[in-house]
Amino acid sequence: MEVSSGRERLYSDAELDLVEGQVIEDLKAASKEPIPDPDSWLDEELSQSVLLTKLDWIINWGRRSSIWPVICFPACCAFEFISVMGPRFDMGRFGMEVLRASPRQADLMITAGTLTWKMAPNVRRIYNQMAEPKWVIAMGACGISGGIFRSSYNVVPGYNRIIPVDVYVPGCPPRPEALLHGIQMLQAKIGRRYNFSRGGQPQNNGE
Amino acid sequence: MTTALLASEIAKQINESLPGAISEVTDTAIVIKGEFLPDVAAFLKNTAGLDFDYLTTITAVDYYQYFEVVYLFVSMEHNHSLTLKARCSRENPSLPSLVSLWRSADHQEREIYDLMGITFEGHPNMKRIVLWPEFQGHPLRKDYL
Repeated sequence: MEVSSGRERLYSDAELDLVEGQVIEDLKAASKEPIPDPDSWLDEELSQSVLLTKLDWIINWGRRSSIWPVICFPACCAFEFISVMGPRFDMGRFGMEVLRASPRQADLMITAGTLTWKMAPNVRRIYNQMAEPKWVIAMGACGISGGIFRSSYNVVPGYNRIIPVDVYVPGCPPRPEALLHGIQMLQAKIGRRYNFSRGGQPQNNGE
Repeated sequence: MTTALLASEIAKQINESLPGAISEVTDTAIVIKGEFLPDVAAFLKNTAGLDFDYLTTITAVDYYQYFEVVYLFVSMEHNHSLTLKARCSRENPSLPSLVSLWRSADHQEREIYDLMGITFEGHPNMKRIVLWPEFQGHPLRKDYL
């Protein structure tokens, strides 16, 4: 009894041999010269190993690339912040994956939520404990203006009543993309700082 | 879920041991006079068959003419519940405290004092819990602006 292979062959053996031979021929033709050593630039001393830039630029580059946020999550915007921290939106791409529980090791306060007057002195104390230079992102409608609770008897109408705010991210709550955009705006702002003159002010105030 | 006891049947039992305590009985709740509150509460807690060993909720309502404080009791043993209400006037907003019977009354009575301005006599620590001590007024009252 004849046993079938179960499938039709698309190519004959002769055709397959031809293709295999062509692959080898192509590789051989492309490999006439040895590949140069990728680390050979290490031997060229000054021309490749010295970068000329402004000291302001390199300090600002270091600062904006490693912003460590402090925990300040009084309300529901915290969950959007958590998803920004998580793997889907991944704040770690911006050098921010270190979320500090201690304000003394943090550079940025992201105010994710409604602030009551009873909580306000504690938030201000956390801000005062952060080391200079420090920045604040007001996240969400409550952080910007008090939001829908603005006229309440116990709600601070905006974090800028108690601490200076650098970037406002609107939304109720803002999408994670919006917060990432706010973070990038803050990075652009940090990149414009003068560190040795004008008291660390941004270089272009109008922008 | 707990089974809500029929208010009229419990009201009969209360009437037998504490006559004159009840001012009104509705389908779901018993309204009692404020001065009888500790006696009625102790009766509900200690009577065999009722055994309300857990005070779930205390809340207060502003009805313009008077305040009404609502107590929700639950018996863990029998898995049943009962709603008790007590009223106090706007001029003298005061009721006896139930902290000595249920410790869970402590913070809830303080919250009612804070936001509604009802004083609970006999509470060991009658001060504001949500707002700060210098705050003026009681925000959940209807006339607070």
